[in-house]
Amino acid sequence: MKKYLLGIALTLVLAALWTGAVLAQDGTPTDDEVNAVAHKLYCPVCESTPLDVCPTDACRDWRELIRTMLADGKTEDEILQHFVDQYGARVLAEPPKQGFYWLIYLLPPAVILAGAVMLFRSLKEWTRPKTVPADSGGEQGAASSPAKDDYIARVEEELKKQK
Amino acid sequence: MFAEFGYGILVVTFLVALYSIIAAIYGATNKSASLVESARRAMLLTFPLITIAAISLIYLLVNDHYEVSFVYEVTSRSMPTYLKITAWWGGQAGSLLFWSFLLSAFASAVTLRKWDRDIEFLPWVIVVCSVTLMFFLGLVIFYENPFTRFWAVGGNVEPHMFAPLNATLFTADDGRGLNPLLRHPGMIIHPPMLYLGFVSFVIPYAFAMAALITGRTDDRWIRLTRRWSLWAWLFLSFGLVLGGRWAYDVLGWGGYWGWDPVEIAAFMPWLTGTAFLHSVMIQEKRGLLKHWNMILVILTYALVIFGTFLTRSGVLSSVHAFANSPIGPLFMAFVATTFIVSIALLIWRWPELRSETEMKSMLSREALFLLNNLLFMSILVVCFWGVIFPLISELFTGQKVTVGPPFYERATAPLFSALLFLMAVAPLSAWGHSTVQTLGRSMWKSAVAAAAITITLFFTYTKTPGALLGFFLIAFILLVTFQEFWRGARARQKVQGENFFTALSRLMGRNRRRYGGYIIHISMALMAIGILGMESFQTSTQGALKQGEELNISGYTVKYRELASWDDKGKGVNFTRATMDIYRNGIYLGVLNPRIDYYYDSQQNMTIPGNRSTFRDDLYILLVDWQPATNMGATFKIFVNPLVNWLWIGSLVFLLGIIFAAWPDRDPAEEPARSQVSRNAGHTSAAD
Repeated sequence: MKKYLLGIALTLVLAALWTGAVLAQDGTPTDDEVNAVAHKLYCPVCESTPLDVCPTDACRDWRELIRTMLADGKTEDEILQHFVDQYGARVLAEPPKQGFYWLIYLLPPAVILAGAVMLFRSLKEWTRPKTVPADSGGEQGAASSPAKDDYIARVEEELKKQK
Repeated sequence: MFAEFGYGILVVTFLVALYSIIAAIYGATNKSASLVESARRAMLLTFPLITIAAISLIYLLVNDHYEVSFVYEVTSRSMPTYLKITAWWGGQAGSLLFWSFLLSAFASAVTLRKWDRDIEFLPWVIVVCSVTLMFFLGLVIFYENPFTRFWAVGGNVEPHMFAPLNATLFTADDGRGLNPLLRHPGMIIHPPMLYLGFVSFVIPYAFAMAALITGRTDDRWIRLTRRWSLWAWLFLSFGLVLGGRWAYDVLGWGGYWGWDPVEIAAFMPWLTGTAFLHSVMIQEKRGLLKHWNMILVILTYALVIFGTFLTRSGVLSSVHAFANSPIGPLFMAFVATTFIVSIALLIWRWPELRSETEMKSMLSREALFLLNNLLFMSILVVCFWGVIFPLISELFTGQKVTVGPPFYERATAPLFSALLFLMAVAPLSAWGHSTVQTLGRSMWKSAVAAAAITITLFFTYTKTPGALLGFFLIAFILLVTFQEFWRGARARQKVQGENFFTALSRLMGRNRRRYGGYIIHISMALMAIGILGMESFQTSTQGALKQGEELNISGYTVKYRELASWDDKGKGVNFTRATMDIYRNGIYLGVLNPRIDYYYDSQQNMTIPGNRSTFRDDLYILLVDWQPATNMGATFKIFVNPLVNWLWIGSLVFLLGIIFAAWPDRDPAEEPARSQVSRNAGHTSAAD
């Protein structure tokens, strides 16, 4: 019985300590915790300056709001969503991946891919053996030597010319 | 008096530029050498004229003529004279005049060259330069006039160039003063450098258009403008670097590049300019890609104007601001017109711009240069789309969005990595032909050594895969490039019997572009070290401290000693400065003084970090906030920025590399002939 009592007492003490620790942490979120969320937000006025480093009073107020929401136990996603609901998607560092906004993510890779395909096809076209001109004999000779030797040979040839 | 005089001179300059266009076109179409010469002289005349107008403006700025609205907006009595002069480009109207001034200087300089062999280009170069000049002068004269004055009309004060009916001149007691952020030395030099870069890219474009119009579509226009392009690139690069340094020193967010649309506006012509510098070599050496080079130079010019448009029209803040700004639609119309005309000319000459030879191998230097072009263009696509997407979104959905650093970083990181890889491989490939075997044989030693360095870093510095890949690529570039210097010098040493250093310096001196290019590659690798350090390892913390309290970050201890605040009446500034004791692993390193300067005239703060910079990292402290009543507590944000110094060191090496490459050769006449011979032979000489 004593054992049980001791166990219960110990559990209670540990639980109390744990709760206390959690409260101390949650009670006043640190600047770093606030900034971790603020870094992902942009206020509509200070364009191009993330909220964590923006020096204006308005941004300071936003940071305090984030601190309060963190203290209330809100998660990062909930806080971000709160600002989106209040001020629109522009407060996020990049557009949400939905609807029309997909264009920002999809167009560049599509264009780059198209460019790469075009380049590759052109290169293939240009380097087809049948297009090698008649004077390619000399080329073939040069091609068969390694790049390194080819380079040194060219330096030497150049030097001879300059002598 | 000076205001009317300056304005009058601008109007005269506008008319002179108009005359030079008409005379040049008429002279060229009617083969009248005297008319073309007259156009040339008119072009030359624009420079002294704009200089006089600029001097008038500077006189007004320096002598506190607050009846002039521009002077009122950008200066104040407490500003030192040098800042009053540089306030010339501190506001919209002055900037546009400054742009015109630089353009007329460059256009005049180019018309002063010897034109013997290329006289048919002259009238068209004049036309392109003068049209651009007229556009900017037109904006200054009709929309953004720096000479506009304040007039008191029936109790109201209104800005007008000339006195409205029953109006008296109104002079304010003092001006609003230049934005304090623009008073930093970096910001004083940064805009002129960017503008110099922008303006000097007009010259290669002018020659390209002249080549298309005259039908002289060989590579002469490229050879004539090679150095212009290099200098343009130098100025633009220097402008970008200075902008980064300025951001790092005064913007107070611990970084140097925020993917801000204004930064990207200057970065985009740099991307096409860089692609162009590589791509023209293919045309010079192999007679290939003539169409593509035209497209690149046209794009660069369009992006130069577009970049100025982005920063000057207000379009970035909102499409509505753009619509309300008088110059926004004009800029748009100018960019569109010049672009369409240029492309139309290109299509007209398309058949004449066929390649002279064929591409031989997918791994040849020219093929790898093309891949490099693809990567630069890909980064351009990301940047362009990122900048205009918020406007498109606002237009179609009514919702503005932010496209911030996460988007650009994710999209460009693989592209920049691929560029680094190419930078290591391409110098080893030969013009004309390379194979996997030849490339492999020449690079395996460097690759193995780079891998060994990476493994060492894995055990001693970082275990982050992305960072390790970055370090591998950087080491690879550096080793390959040094190996190239070594190999070239050794070959020369053997043949000439010179000592190694003489051989190296002569080899470099005779092949400025090649070795200048290699120096630039080295600088890029050094800059990449700084960027990698910041992107992968930057740490930060923030906290409110009472006197004697401390913050710990990455082995540093920062202890708050005291805070002082005082007024400097002469400068009109209030300084609030904290004193922080710095320790690293318990060893005292000294004091840092982050501060906030408050400018009374413009009622703005400037946050100056306390920064301790070493090759290993920067300790960068910002004073965020303080309690003035008690002087007891203050909030600090502290960054540790690993390796960032290498970015600045790399920037300096970069400038040296460009200057080395662009420096005039001892015997420039020799080069074209040599290249011609080489091309006929199928591949080029080592000097290329």
